[in-house]
Amino acid sequence: METLLAIVIGVLYAAGLYLMMRRSIVKLVLGLGLIGHAANLLIFVTGRVQRGSSAVIPPDQTVLVAPFPDPVPQALILTAIVIGFGTQAFALVLLKRAYQAVKTDDMDAMNTTDR
Amino acid sequence: MNLVVFLPLFVPFFTGIIGLLLWGKPQAQRVVSLLGGIGLTLVGANLLLTVIQQGIQVTYIGDWVAPFGITLVADLLSAIMVFVAGMMTLSTVIYAIVTLDAPRERNGFHVLLHFMLFGVIGAFLTGDIFNLFVWYEVMLISSFVLLVMGGERAQLEGGIKYVTLNLIASALFLSAVGILYGVVGTLNMAHLAILVPQVEQQGLITTLAILFLFAFGIKSALFPVFFWLPASYHTPPIAVTVIFSALLTKVGIYSLIRVFTLIFTTDTAFTHTVLLIIAALTMILGVLGAVAQFEMRRLLSFHIISQIGYLLMGLALFTPLSLAATVFFLVHVIFAKSALFLVGGIIHHMTGTYDLKKLGGFYRVSPVLSVLFFIPAMSLAGIPPLSGFWAKYALVRAGLENNQPWIVAAALGVSILTMFSMTKIWAEAFLKEADDGKLRENVPALQSIPAALRLPMLAPIIVLAVLMVVMGVAAEPFFALSLQTAEQLLSRTEYVQAVLGVQL
Repeated sequence: METLLAIVIGVLYAAGLYLMMRRSIVKLVLGLGLIGHAANLLIFVTGRVQRGSSAVIPPDQTVLVAPFPDPVPQALILTAIVIGFGTQAFALVLLKRAYQAVKTDDMDAMNTTDR
Repeated sequence: MNLVVFLPLFVPFFTGIIGLLLWGKPQAQRVVSLLGGIGLTLVGANLLLTVIQQGIQVTYIGDWVAPFGITLVADLLSAIMVFVAGMMTLSTVIYAIVTLDAPRERNGFHVLLHFMLFGVIGAFLTGDIFNLFVWYEVMLISSFVLLVMGGERAQLEGGIKYVTLNLIASALFLSAVGILYGVVGTLNMAHLAILVPQVEQQGLITTLAILFLFAFGIKSALFPVFFWLPASYHTPPIAVTVIFSALLTKVGIYSLIRVFTLIFTTDTAFTHTVLLIIAALTMILGVLGAVAQFEMRRLLSFHIISQIGYLLMGLALFTPLSLAATVFFLVHVIFAKSALFLVGGIIHHMTGTYDLKKLGGFYRVSPVLSVLFFIPAMSLAGIPPLSGFWAKYALVRAGLENNQPWIVAAALGVSILTMFSMTKIWAEAFLKEADDGKLRENVPALQSIPAALRLPMLAPIIVLAVLMVVMGVAAEPFFALSLQTAEQLLSRTEYVQAVLGVQL
């Protein structure tokens, strides 16, 4: 399972970076989203993927029974997903406004501030 | 709960909330914003005094004891940064009230400013590396809106680059935090300081250090990932540029200082050499970019990058003297850069342009403004007896003591080029008269600004200029404090003891 997730995460990072290097601003925002997903999944894997058990103490026990997945990374992802949602919503609106102002979705045409 | 540590977080948050409740009443928002700025400066000063007198202050949010809950830690470096951030907020608020256009003010400039400060102060005070990521995002989302507020084409274009690069940096930061947790099993920075040296796979720790360097490097505009800064910082109104240049890249540098003194100290031979090389390239390329510019804000933006190189140089040399120089330099450069941008803003207010080719004659017409430009400009270049001289002198001495003459050569060379580009502004905007040898006509004097606006516009610059002179002439107490800060950062025991109550 870890191997599969590792491959998925790698593909997500690569696809995100590839999309960001295209000239279209729509692909840029999609790329940002994919990289965010890759980072979230990466944290998920660091909590050790564990099927069929959770970090809840059973009724007849006083301590956790191993093996159990670490709950902290899942709390981290939850925070990161919410933050990512906010920033990506902002990025989408910004790109729409930029598209309306510049009248193109080509990154190479948006270079007036670099000169 | 330790209120002294908590108040600097609470004041900007509370100010922002009150500002939201007063939506559509710009006059009332101004008063609240001004009070918030004053309040933040006062609680910042209180925090700094408390930390100087009683040592590191710690508070556990929700009484969850470290390393399990979120900890707020104020050591000397944090306290100094919080105090300076409060002062810069106050300056920006005063300047914005008199210069900012009505639509931007109505659309919540003051609210966003204080929410951004909430994030900045949080980043300075947190003792938890994931919490640092959260504060970064609080700061970023407010800064995104501040940057593109007004919706001019240049702002939107600059905004796309700023937003994209910062979101990539955030994703990398998040990945680095995730892997660090997977390897070490804690997020508390003091706990990390204990556990990181015990990790068996030190190669992985070094890799993580470089990943953090890359993520924070984007945020603090280091070589080779600084291109978003000169593309975006000159697009918003000057009040926004001032607070951005004063605080945002400095939060990146603060984070670098924090992780590379507290956590990643096991392989300094490699990591700090990388830092040193990057520092040299950052200062050289930043100043070369500045030399080529004729637009005042763009020129000053490139100088931000070049000065970041000096800050990193002190961290990379990693001795008490060099770190003290970095702390001193950090405060000095925040003052100098803000004062220069504010003077640029006044010139733009009077003439409507930042283009050095179209300006001239201010030395004859406005000697006061000339002096107010001259002091921060010379301080930035490092001329005695101003603050920049001592900062650079200590850096150079630390470089020589460490047997790194090439970085000293780079630092001094960059100083000369800084001097060159400052004299360029001086010659073009202040000394230059008309091309045919006659006196330039229609140069507006400071008196052309109504008296009610003039004083609040000049007051922040005057205070900053005086502070630069004081830090230069009476450098001893400031440098002693910087040295104490550096020793606290390097020894780490006091920090770990204060947070966890155990010896390192």
